Amino acid sequence: MTVPLTLLGLLEREPSHGYDLKRDYDAYFGRGKPLSFGQVYSTLSRLARDGKVVISDLEPGEGPDRKRYVITDLGATEVDSWLTEPVAPEPHLQTVLFAKVTLALMLGRNAETYLDTQRAAHLRRMRELTEIKRSGGLVDALLADHGLFHLEADLRWIDLTSARLDALATEVRS
Amino acid sequence: MTVIEARQVVLSFGETPALRGADLAVAEGELLAIMGPSGSGKSTLLHCLAGILVPESGEIHFDGRRVDRLGESGRSRLRRDEFGFVFQFGQLVPELTAQENVALPLLLNGVRRAAAVAEARAWFGRLGLDGLQERRSGELSGGQAQRVALARGLVARPRVLFADEPTGALDSLTGEHVMDLLVSAARQEGTTVVLVTHEPRVAAYADREVIVRDGKVHSLTAEAIA
Ligand SMILES: Nc1ncnc2c1ncn2[C@@H]1O[C@H](COP(=O)(O)OP(=O)(O)OP(=O)(O)O)[C@@H](O)[C@H]1O
Ligand SMILES: [Mg+2]
Repeated sequence: MTVPLTLLGLLEREPSHGYDLKRDYDAYFGRGKPLSFGQVYSTLSRLARDGKVVISDLEPGEGPDRKRYVITDLGATEVDSWLTEPVAPEPHLQTVLFAKVTLALMLGRNAETYLDTQRAAHLRRMRELTEIKRSGGLVDALLADHGLFHLEADLRWIDLTSARLDALATEVRS
Repeated sequence: MTVIEARQVVLSFGETPALRGADLAVAEGELLAIMGPSGSGKSTLLHCLAGILVPESGEIHFDGRRVDRLGESGRSRLRRDEFGFVFQFGQLVPELTAQENVALPLLLNGVRRAAAVAEARAWFGRLGLDGLQERRSGELSGGQAQRVALARGLVARPRVLFADEPTGALDSLTGEHVMDLLVSAARQEGTTVVLVTHEPRVAAYADREVIVRDGKVHSLTAEAIA
Protein backbone atom coordinates (compact mmCIF):
# COMPACT_ATOMS: atom_id res chain seq x y z
CA MET A 1 0.00 0.00 0.00
CA THR A 2 1.46 3.30 -1.03
CA VAL A 3 -1.07 5.61 0.69
CA PRO A 4 0.47 5.47 4.20
CA LEU A 5 4.00 5.82 2.81
CA THR A 6 2.97 8.68 0.56
CA LEU A 7 1.29 10.52 3.43
CA LEU A 8 4.39 9.93 5.54
CA GLY A 9 6.51 11.32 2.73
CA LEU A 10 4.32 14.42 2.49
CA LEU A 11 4.76 14.88 6.26
CA GLU A 12 8.50 14.81 5.83
CA ARG A 13 8.24 18.21 4.15
CA GLU A 14 6.67 19.81 7.22
CA PRO A 15 4.16 19.04 9.97
CA SER A 16 0.70 19.27 8.43
CA HIS A 17 -3.01 19.04 9.12
CA GLY A 18 -5.01 16.16 7.73
CA TYR A 19 -6.76 18.36 5.23
CA ASP A 20 -3.45 19.70 3.84
CA LEU A 21 -2.29 16.13 3.35
CA LYS A 22 -5.49 15.19 1.58
CA ARG A 23 -5.30 18.22 -0.69
CA ASP A 24 -1.68 17.52 -1.69
CA TYR A 25 -2.25 13.80 -2.08
CA ASP A 26 -5.24 14.40 -4.34
CA ALA A 27 -3.36 16.99 -6.40
CA TYR A 28 -0.23 14.95 -7.00
CA PHE A 29 -1.10 11.31 -6.50
CA GLY A 30 -4.88 10.92 -6.52
CA ARG A 31 -5.34 11.15 -10.28
CA GLY A 32 -9.11 11.17 -10.23
CA LYS A 33 -9.26 8.91 -7.16
CA PRO A 34 -9.25 11.36 -4.23
CA LEU A 35 -8.79 10.07 -0.69
CA SER A 36 -11.75 10.37 1.64
CA PHE A 37 -11.18 12.26 4.90
CA GLY A 38 -12.03 9.06 6.73
CA GLN A 39 -9.23 7.26 4.91
CA VAL A 40 -6.78 10.06 5.69
CA TYR A 41 -7.57 10.13 9.41
CA SER A 42 -7.67 6.37 9.85
CA THR A 43 -4.31 6.08 8.07
CA LEU A 44 -2.84 8.84 10.23
CA SER A 45 -4.08 7.24 13.44
CA ARG A 46 -2.55 3.90 12.42
CA LEU A 47 0.73 5.68 11.67
CA ALA A 48 0.49 7.32 15.13
CA ARG A 49 -0.21 3.97 16.81
CA ASP A 50 2.88 2.51 15.11
CA GLY A 51 5.02 5.43 16.27
CA LYS A 52 5.68 6.85 12.79
CA VAL A 53 3.93 10.14 13.45
CA VAL A 54 2.99 12.06 16.57
CA ILE A 55 0.12 14.44 17.04
CA SER A 56 0.84 17.94 18.20
CA ASP A 57 -2.29 19.72 19.27
CA LEU A 58 -0.95 23.14 19.91
CA GLU A 59 -4.10 24.73 18.65
CA PRO A 60 -7.09 25.11 20.94
CA GLY A 61 -10.33 23.26 20.27
CA GLU A 62 -11.46 19.78 19.48
CA GLY A 63 -11.81 17.66 16.35
CA PRO A 64 -9.41 16.00 13.96
CA ASP A 65 -8.90 19.09 11.81
CA ARG A 66 -7.19 20.89 14.71
CA LYS A 67 -4.46 18.32 14.96
CA ARG A 68 -1.12 18.67 13.30
CA TYR A 69 0.87 15.58 12.49
CA VAL A 70 4.65 15.41 12.84
CA ILE A 71 6.78 12.62 11.39
CA THR A 72 9.03 10.69 13.82
CA ASP A 73 12.55 9.33 13.20
CA LEU A 74 11.03 5.90 12.70
CA GLY A 75 8.64 7.31 10.11
CA ALA A 76 11.38 9.21 8.31
CA THR A 77 13.57 6.08 8.17
CA GLU A 78 10.69 4.14 6.65
CA VAL A 79 10.11 6.78 3.96
CA ASP A 80 13.79 6.83 3.21
CA SER A 81 14.13 3.09 2.74
CA TRP A 82 10.93 2.97 0.68
CA LEU A 83 12.26 5.65 -1.63
CA THR A 84 15.62 3.95 -2.13
CA GLU A 85 14.32 0.40 -2.69
CA PRO A 86 13.61 -0.63 -6.28
CA VAL A 87 10.14 -1.91 -7.06
CA ALA A 88 10.20 -5.64 -7.80
CA PRO A 89 10.41 -5.96 -11.60
CA GLU A 90 7.52 -8.35 -11.95
CA PRO A 91 7.78 -10.85 -14.78
CA HIS A 92 4.09 -10.34 -15.60
CA LEU A 93 3.87 -13.90 -16.85
CA GLN A 94 0.32 -14.26 -15.66
CA THR A 95 -1.22 -11.15 -17.10
CA VAL A 96 -4.81 -11.08 -18.15
CA LEU A 97 -3.70 -10.60 -21.77
CA PHE A 98 -1.61 -13.73 -21.70
CA ALA A 99 -4.31 -15.75 -19.98
CA LYS A 100 -6.96 -14.64 -22.49
CA VAL A 101 -4.88 -15.43 -25.56
CA THR A 102 -3.81 -18.81 -24.28
CA LEU A 103 -7.30 -19.76 -23.20
CA ALA A 104 -8.81 -18.58 -26.49
CA LEU A 105 -6.37 -20.76 -28.40
CA MET A 106 -6.98 -23.77 -26.15
CA LEU A 107 -10.71 -23.38 -26.64
CA GLY A 108 -10.37 -22.94 -30.40
CA ARG A 109 -11.72 -19.37 -30.27
CA ASN A 110 -10.60 -16.54 -32.50
CA ALA A 111 -7.58 -15.13 -30.71
CA GLU A 112 -6.68 -12.84 -33.60
CA THR A 113 -9.91 -10.86 -33.29
CA TYR A 114 -9.33 -10.61 -29.58
CA LEU A 115 -5.81 -9.27 -30.15
CA ASP A 116 -7.11 -6.76 -32.71
CA THR A 117 -9.75 -5.39 -30.37
CA GLN A 118 -7.21 -5.31 -27.57
CA ARG A 119 -4.82 -3.38 -29.80
CA ALA A 120 -7.58 -0.90 -30.64
CA ALA A 121 -8.42 -0.47 -26.95
CA HIS A 122 -4.75 0.07 -26.09
CA LEU A 123 -4.33 2.63 -28.84
CA ARG A 124 -7.44 4.47 -27.78
CA ARG A 125 -6.04 4.76 -24.25
CA MET A 126 -2.71 5.86 -25.69
CA ARG A 127 -4.49 8.61 -27.62
CA GLU A 128 -6.14 9.82 -24.41
CA LEU A 129 -2.81 9.85 -22.59
CA THR A 130 -1.16 11.66 -25.51
CA GLU A 131 -3.88 14.30 -25.35
CA ILE A 132 -3.28 14.71 -21.60
CA LYS A 133 0.41 15.06 -22.32
CA ARG A 134 -0.19 17.68 -25.00
CA SER A 135 -2.56 19.79 -22.93
CA GLY A 136 -1.28 19.40 -19.38
CA GLY A 137 1.75 20.37 -17.36
CA LEU A 138 5.02 18.51 -16.94
CA VAL A 139 3.80 16.41 -13.99
CA ASP A 140 0.83 15.19 -16.06
CA ALA A 141 3.13 14.53 -18.99
CA LEU A 142 5.49 12.48 -16.84
CA LEU A 143 2.69 10.30 -15.56
CA ALA A 144 1.11 9.98 -19.01
CA ASP A 145 4.47 8.90 -20.44
CA HIS A 146 4.79 6.18 -17.84
CA GLY A 147 1.42 4.84 -18.94
CA LEU A 148 2.30 5.22 -22.62
CA PHE A 149 5.53 3.25 -22.38
CA HIS A 150 3.77 0.41 -20.57
CA LEU A 151 0.94 0.30 -23.08
CA GLU A 152 3.49 0.36 -25.86
CA ALA A 153 5.23 -2.65 -24.34
CA ASP A 154 1.90 -4.50 -24.27
CA LEU A 155 1.30 -3.54 -27.90
CA ARG A 156 4.66 -4.89 -28.99
CA TRP A 157 3.77 -8.12 -27.26
CA ILE A 158 0.36 -8.12 -28.96
CA ASP A 159 1.99 -7.65 -32.39
CA LEU A 160 4.52 -10.39 -31.77
CA THR A 161 1.82 -12.72 -30.49
CA SER A 162 -0.40 -11.96 -33.52
CA ALA A 163 2.47 -12.96 -35.76
CA ARG A 164 2.96 -16.23 -33.88
CA LEU A 165 -0.65 -17.29 -33.34
CA ASP A 166 -0.57 -20.30 -35.64
CA ALA A 167 2.48 -21.79 -34.00
CA LEU A 168 1.11 -20.98 -30.56
CA ALA A 169 -2.20 -22.66 -31.32
CA THR A 170 -0.43 -25.84 -32.33
CA GLU A 171 1.57 -25.84 -29.12
CA VAL A 172 -1.22 -25.19 -26.61
CA ARG A 173 -3.62 -27.64 -28.26
CA SER A 174 -1.16 -30.51 -28.47
CA MET B 1 -16.68 14.32 -45.56
CA THR B 2 -14.23 12.01 -47.28
CA VAL B 3 -11.40 13.86 -48.97
CA ILE B 4 -9.29 10.96 -50.21
CA GLU B 5 -10.17 7.33 -50.74
CA ALA B 6 -8.77 4.05 -52.05
CA ARG B 7 -11.23 1.44 -53.33
CA GLN B 8 -10.18 -2.15 -53.89
CA VAL B 9 -6.68 -1.12 -54.85
CA VAL B 10 -4.44 -3.87 -56.23
CA LEU B 11 -0.75 -3.44 -57.02
CA SER B 12 2.14 -5.87 -57.47
CA PHE B 13 5.84 -5.38 -58.00
CA GLY B 14 6.63 -8.12 -60.52
CA GLU B 15 5.75 -11.32 -58.72
CA THR B 16 5.35 -9.61 -55.35
CA PRO B 17 1.80 -8.60 -54.48
CA ALA B 18 1.94 -5.41 -52.39
CA LEU B 19 -1.74 -4.42 -52.26
CA ARG B 20 -4.54 -6.98 -52.66
CA GLY B 21 -7.76 -4.99 -52.59
CA ALA B 22 -7.04 -2.18 -50.17
CA ASP B 23 -9.95 0.04 -49.07
CA LEU B 24 -9.43 3.25 -47.13
CA ALA B 25 -11.33 6.51 -46.74
CA VAL B 26 -9.87 9.54 -44.99
CA ALA B 27 -12.09 12.38 -43.79
CA GLU B 28 -11.30 16.04 -44.34
CA GLY B 29 -9.14 17.34 -41.49
CA GLU B 30 -8.59 13.86 -40.11
CA LEU B 31 -5.25 12.61 -38.82
CA LEU B 32 -5.03 8.97 -39.79
CA ALA B 33 -2.26 6.56 -38.74
CA ILE B 34 -1.49 3.58 -40.98
CA MET B 35 0.21 0.81 -39.03
CA GLY B 36 1.13 -2.79 -39.73
CA PRO B 37 4.04 -5.17 -40.10
CA SER B 38 7.05 -4.46 -42.29
CA GLY B 39 6.38 -5.26 -45.93
CA SER B 40 2.61 -5.31 -45.49
CA GLY B 41 2.06 -2.54 -48.07
CA LYS B 42 1.81 0.66 -46.00
CA SER B 43 4.17 2.78 -48.12
CA THR B 44 2.71 1.38 -51.33
CA LEU B 45 -0.77 2.38 -50.20
CA LEU B 46 0.45 5.87 -49.30
CA HIS B 47 2.12 6.20 -52.72
CA CYS B 48 -1.10 5.14 -54.46
CA LEU B 49 -3.19 7.64 -52.49
CA ALA B 50 -0.69 10.40 -53.26
CA GLY B 51 -0.63 9.71 -57.00
CA ILE B 52 2.99 8.56 -56.98
CA LEU B 53 2.10 5.01 -58.00
CA VAL B 54 -0.85 3.97 -60.17
CA PRO B 55 -2.77 0.85 -59.10
CA GLU B 56 -3.25 -2.05 -61.50
CA SER B 57 -6.91 -2.12 -60.57
CA GLY B 58 -9.12 -0.27 -58.16
CA GLU B 59 -9.77 3.42 -57.76
CA ILE B 60 -8.23 6.42 -56.02
CA HIS B 61 -10.55 9.35 -55.40
CA PHE B 62 -9.43 12.78 -54.27
CA ASP B 63 -11.95 15.54 -53.80
CA GLY B 64 -14.26 14.10 -56.45
CA ARG B 65 -11.46 13.38 -58.93
CA ARG B 66 -10.19 9.99 -60.11
CA VAL B 67 -6.46 10.17 -59.37
CA ASP B 68 -5.80 6.78 -60.96
CA ARG B 69 -7.17 8.05 -64.27
CA LEU B 70 -4.82 11.03 -64.43
CA GLY B 71 -1.70 10.87 -66.58
CA GLU B 72 1.82 11.45 -65.28
CA SER B 73 1.66 15.22 -65.67
CA GLY B 74 -1.83 15.47 -64.17
CA ARG B 75 -0.69 13.52 -61.13
CA SER B 76 2.44 15.56 -60.73
CA ARG B 77 0.38 18.78 -60.87
CA LEU B 78 -2.00 17.32 -58.29
CA ARG B 79 0.89 16.46 -55.98
CA ARG B 80 2.37 19.93 -56.33
CA ASP B 81 -0.93 21.80 -55.85
CA GLU B 82 -2.76 19.74 -53.26
CA PHE B 83 -0.35 17.47 -51.38
CA GLY B 84 2.58 17.86 -49.01
CA PHE B 85 5.13 15.16 -48.17
CA VAL B 86 7.41 14.27 -45.26
CA PHE B 87 9.51 11.13 -45.42
CA GLN B 88 11.95 9.37 -43.15
CA PHE B 89 15.15 10.83 -44.56
CA GLY B 90 17.05 12.21 -47.49
CA GLN B 91 14.50 14.71 -48.55
CA LEU B 92 16.16 18.09 -48.23
CA VAL B 93 18.06 19.33 -51.28
CA PRO B 94 21.65 19.46 -49.97
CA GLU B 95 22.72 22.34 -52.23
CA LEU B 96 20.00 24.64 -50.88
CA THR B 97 19.83 26.38 -47.51
CA ALA B 98 17.14 25.31 -45.05
CA GLN B 99 15.11 28.38 -45.93
CA GLU B 100 15.38 27.76 -49.67
CA ASN B 101 14.31 24.17 -49.08
CA VAL B 102 11.19 25.33 -47.29
CA ALA B 103 10.44 27.93 -49.98
CA LEU B 104 10.85 25.37 -52.77
CA PRO B 105 7.22 24.15 -53.02
CA LEU B 106 6.05 27.76 -53.27
CA LEU B 107 8.60 28.59 -55.96
CA LEU B 108 7.48 25.51 -57.90
CA ASN B 109 3.91 26.78 -57.58
CA GLY B 110 4.94 30.04 -59.21
CA VAL B 111 5.06 32.22 -56.09
CA ARG B 112 7.54 35.12 -56.51
CA ARG B 113 10.83 34.62 -54.73
CA ALA B 114 10.52 37.42 -52.15
CA ALA B 115 7.04 36.29 -51.15
CA ALA B 116 8.10 32.64 -51.01
CA VAL B 117 11.08 33.42 -48.78
CA ALA B 118 8.95 35.54 -46.44
CA GLU B 119 6.38 32.77 -46.17
CA ALA B 120 9.12 30.20 -45.56
CA ARG B 121 10.74 32.34 -42.90
CA ALA B 122 7.53 32.41 -40.84
CA TRP B 123 7.71 28.64 -40.45
CA PHE B 124 11.12 28.79 -38.80
CA GLY B 125 9.74 30.63 -35.78
CA ARG B 126 6.72 28.38 -35.66
CA LEU B 127 8.77 25.18 -35.56
CA GLY B 128 11.47 26.47 -33.22
CA LEU B 129 14.08 26.70 -35.97
CA ASP B 130 15.03 30.37 -35.68
CA GLY B 131 18.63 31.04 -36.60
CA LEU B 132 18.93 27.94 -38.81
CA GLN B 133 17.61 29.54 -42.01
CA GLU B 134 20.98 29.69 -43.76
CA ARG B 135 22.22 26.19 -42.80
CA ARG B 136 22.47 23.45 -45.37
CA SER B 137 21.04 20.01 -44.60
CA GLY B 138 24.50 18.65 -43.71
CA GLU B 139 24.71 21.25 -40.96
CA LEU B 140 21.44 20.30 -39.25
CA SER B 141 20.75 17.63 -36.62
CA GLY B 142 18.30 14.86 -37.56
CA GLY B 143 15.51 16.47 -35.56
CA GLN B 144 16.17 19.91 -37.05
CA ALA B 145 16.28 18.54 -40.59
CA GLN B 146 12.99 16.74 -39.97
CA ARG B 147 11.36 19.95 -38.74
CA VAL B 148 12.63 21.75 -41.85
CA ALA B 149 11.12 18.95 -43.95
CA LEU B 150 7.85 19.36 -42.06
CA ALA B 151 7.86 23.10 -42.78
CA ARG B 152 8.47 22.30 -46.44
CA GLY B 153 5.62 19.80 -46.43
CA LEU B 154 3.19 22.34 -45.00
CA VAL B 155 4.36 25.66 -46.47
CA ALA B 156 2.11 25.51 -49.53
CA ARG B 157 -0.92 24.75 -47.30
CA PRO B 158 -1.67 21.34 -48.84
CA ARG B 159 -5.08 19.72 -48.49
CA VAL B 160 -3.38 16.44 -47.53
CA LEU B 161 -0.01 15.87 -45.88
CA PHE B 162 1.48 12.43 -46.50
CA ALA B 163 4.05 11.38 -43.91
CA ASP B 164 5.89 8.05 -44.16
CA GLU B 165 7.72 7.25 -40.90
CA PRO B 166 8.45 10.95 -40.33
CA THR B 167 10.03 10.21 -36.94
CA GLY B 168 11.61 6.89 -37.90
CA ALA B 169 15.17 8.20 -37.81
CA LEU B 170 14.80 10.18 -34.58
CA ASP B 171 15.18 9.26 -30.91
CA SER B 172 11.86 9.07 -29.10
CA LEU B 173 11.97 12.48 -27.41
CA THR B 174 12.89 14.29 -30.64
CA GLY B 175 10.33 12.22 -32.52
CA GLU B 176 7.59 13.23 -30.12
CA HIS B 177 8.57 16.86 -30.47
CA VAL B 178 8.28 16.61 -34.26
CA MET B 179 4.89 14.85 -33.93
CA ASP B 180 3.67 17.50 -31.53
CA LEU B 181 4.57 20.23 -34.02
CA LEU B 182 3.08 18.26 -36.92
CA VAL B 183 -0.22 17.77 -35.12
CA SER B 184 -0.46 21.40 -33.94
CA ALA B 185 0.32 22.78 -37.39
CA ALA B 186 -2.06 20.38 -39.16
CA ARG B 187 -4.89 21.21 -36.76
CA GLN B 188 -4.33 24.94 -37.16
CA GLU B 189 -4.34 24.69 -40.94
CA GLY B 190 -7.10 22.09 -41.11
CA THR B 191 -4.75 19.82 -43.07
CA THR B 192 -5.69 16.16 -43.51
CA VAL B 193 -2.76 13.92 -42.50
CA VAL B 194 -2.04 10.37 -43.66
CA LEU B 195 0.74 9.09 -41.43
CA VAL B 196 2.54 5.77 -41.83
CA THR B 197 4.25 4.59 -38.66
CA HIS B 198 5.06 1.36 -36.88
CA GLU B 199 5.46 3.13 -33.54
CA PRO B 200 2.35 3.04 -31.34
CA ARG B 201 3.40 6.17 -29.48
CA VAL B 202 3.56 8.06 -32.77
CA ALA B 203 0.23 6.61 -33.94
CA ALA B 204 -1.31 7.81 -30.67
CA TYR B 205 -1.07 11.37 -31.98
CA ALA B 206 -3.58 10.51 -34.72
CA ASP B 207 -7.37 10.51 -34.50
CA ARG B 208 -7.70 6.95 -35.74
CA GLU B 209 -5.54 4.06 -36.85
CA VAL B 210 -5.85 1.32 -39.43
CA ILE B 211 -3.68 -1.76 -39.78
CA VAL B 212 -2.38 -2.94 -43.14
CA ARG B 213 -1.83 -6.69 -43.22
CA ASP B 214 -0.95 -8.64 -46.36
CA GLY B 215 -1.95 -5.78 -48.63
CA LYS B 216 -5.36 -5.21 -47.08
CA VAL B 217 -6.62 -2.55 -44.70
CA HIS B 218 -8.15 -3.60 -41.41
CA SER B 219 -9.92 -0.94 -39.42
CA LEU B 220 -10.95 -2.10 -36.01
CA THR B 221 -12.14 0.35 -33.45
CA ALA B 222 -12.12 -0.21 -29.72
CA GLU B 223 -15.88 0.46 -29.79
CA ALA B 224 -16.23 -3.08 -31.08
CA ILE B 225 -15.44 -4.37 -27.60
CA ALA B 226 -17.07 -1.57 -25.62
N1 LIG C 1 9.98 -0.72 -55.72
C1 LIG C 1 9.72 -1.97 -55.35
N2 LIG C 1 10.12 -3.01 -56.10
C2 LIG C 1 9.83 -4.28 -55.77
N3 LIG C 1 9.13 -4.62 -54.67
C3 LIG C 1 8.71 -3.65 -53.87
C4 LIG C 1 8.97 -2.26 -54.17
N4 LIG C 1 8.41 -1.51 -53.19
C5 LIG C 1 7.82 -2.37 -52.33
N5 LIG C 1 8.00 -3.64 -52.73
C6 LIG C 1 7.45 -4.85 -52.06
O1 LIG C 1 6.08 -4.64 -51.83
C7 LIG C 1 5.69 -5.09 -50.55
C8 LIG C 1 5.10 -3.94 -49.76
O2 LIG C 1 6.11 -2.98 -49.54
P1 LIG C 1 5.88 -1.62 -48.76
O3 LIG C 1 7.10 -0.79 -48.99
O4 LIG C 1 4.59 -1.04 -49.15
O5 LIG C 1 5.80 -2.15 -47.25
P2 LIG C 1 5.71 -1.34 -45.90
O6 LIG C 1 4.50 -1.82 -45.22
O7 LIG C 1 5.84 0.12 -46.17
O8 LIG C 1 6.98 -1.88 -45.11
P3 LIG C 1 8.00 -1.12 -44.11
O9 LIG C 1 7.29 -1.04 -42.79
O10 LIG C 1 9.16 -2.07 -44.03
O11 LIG C 1 8.34 0.21 -44.70
C9 LIG C 1 6.94 -5.70 -49.93
O12 LIG C 1 6.90 -7.09 -50.16
C10 LIG C 1 8.06 -5.05 -50.70
O13 LIG C 1 9.17 -5.90 -50.76
MG1 LIG D 1 7.30 1.58 -45.72
